[in-house]
Amino acid sequence: MGGNSPCASCKLLRRRCAKDCIFAPYFPSDDPHKFAMVHKVFGASNVSKMLQELPVQQRADAVSSLVYEANARVRDPVYGCVGAISYLQNQVSQLQMQLAMAQAEIVCIQMQPAPQISLDQMVDDKSSFLHNHHFNFASSSLSTNVNICDSLNRDNIFGDIIS
Amino acid sequence: MSSGRCAACRYLRRKCTQGCILSPYFPSNNPQRFVSVHRIYGASNVTKLLQLLPTHLRAEAADSLYFEAQCRLEDPVYGCVGLIFMLQQHINAVESQLVKTQAEIAVMKSQGQNRETQQAEPDFNNLLLRQSDNEAPLSFPNQVSSGFI
Repeated sequence: MGGNSPCASCKLLRRRCAKDCIFAPYFPSDDPHKFAMVHKVFGASNVSKMLQELPVQQRADAVSSLVYEANARVRDPVYGCVGAISYLQNQVSQLQMQLAMAQAEIVCIQMQPAPQISLDQMVDDKSSFLHNHHFNFASSSLSTNVNICDSLNRDNIFGDIIS
Repeated sequence: MSSGRCAACRYLRRKCTQGCILSPYFPSNNPQRFVSVHRIYGASNVTKLLQLLPTHLRAEAADSLYFEAQCRLEDPVYGCVGLIFMLQQHINAVESQLVKTQAEIAVMKSQGQNRETQQAEPDFNNLLLRQSDNEAPLSFPNQVSSGFI
């Protein structure tokens, strides 16, 4: 704010901070580093011109993005923000590839026929199931058990159905 | 040699010396490139930045400065940060789609396994109980009742 204490930009530029200083709302004196970065990369006059060309309600966002870009450029003088963009684009490509593969897998699963079990296999499985499992039947039911085993013979069950 | 000036020196109306740091990266056949960079960063800032870098990295730096300058000219509020934000949102969207698709696959696979299990081992206990209860002829619920026979 102008008046009592100069904003961070006017402090750095060693000038009087006017009441209508364009930087003052966005570069308070308690954060001098913020303006220092922006000034180093873009220059105070360029930042001033950029802000003047924008409506007031958009200037805060513009300053935030300029600070972000300036910090990125100071951290990486060769690529700046472009390094982050390149990294994110790679991530997008990889994820899209993974998604395509997963979607292809769904199509494959949907196209798989339902598992078919032959009748012979079904009968054999039932026989071995009964022989392998020890049921606690009363003696009177033993004959029932025997009948069941006999009935599992496919001729008795399916009769004319199976050719 | 005034006709051999680089785009930077031509724009700045100065003599282009043999050791001009900007001339390799701002050739005279592309004046717009320097104009964009100069509008956002200023010639002196670009010069300082390139001087601090080893020679073999300056071309990449000049290209990235030009890219960022173009982004800023197209979007004066967000510049290339707008692009970063868009990419991050895109990543989030694709990631959640991928998670959903992978969950679908897991469900479909487990449904397929359940179906196999049911077809391989019908309810024998049920068969035995029905036989002992009413002495009805044996039937296989899954196949007979579904119209297999």
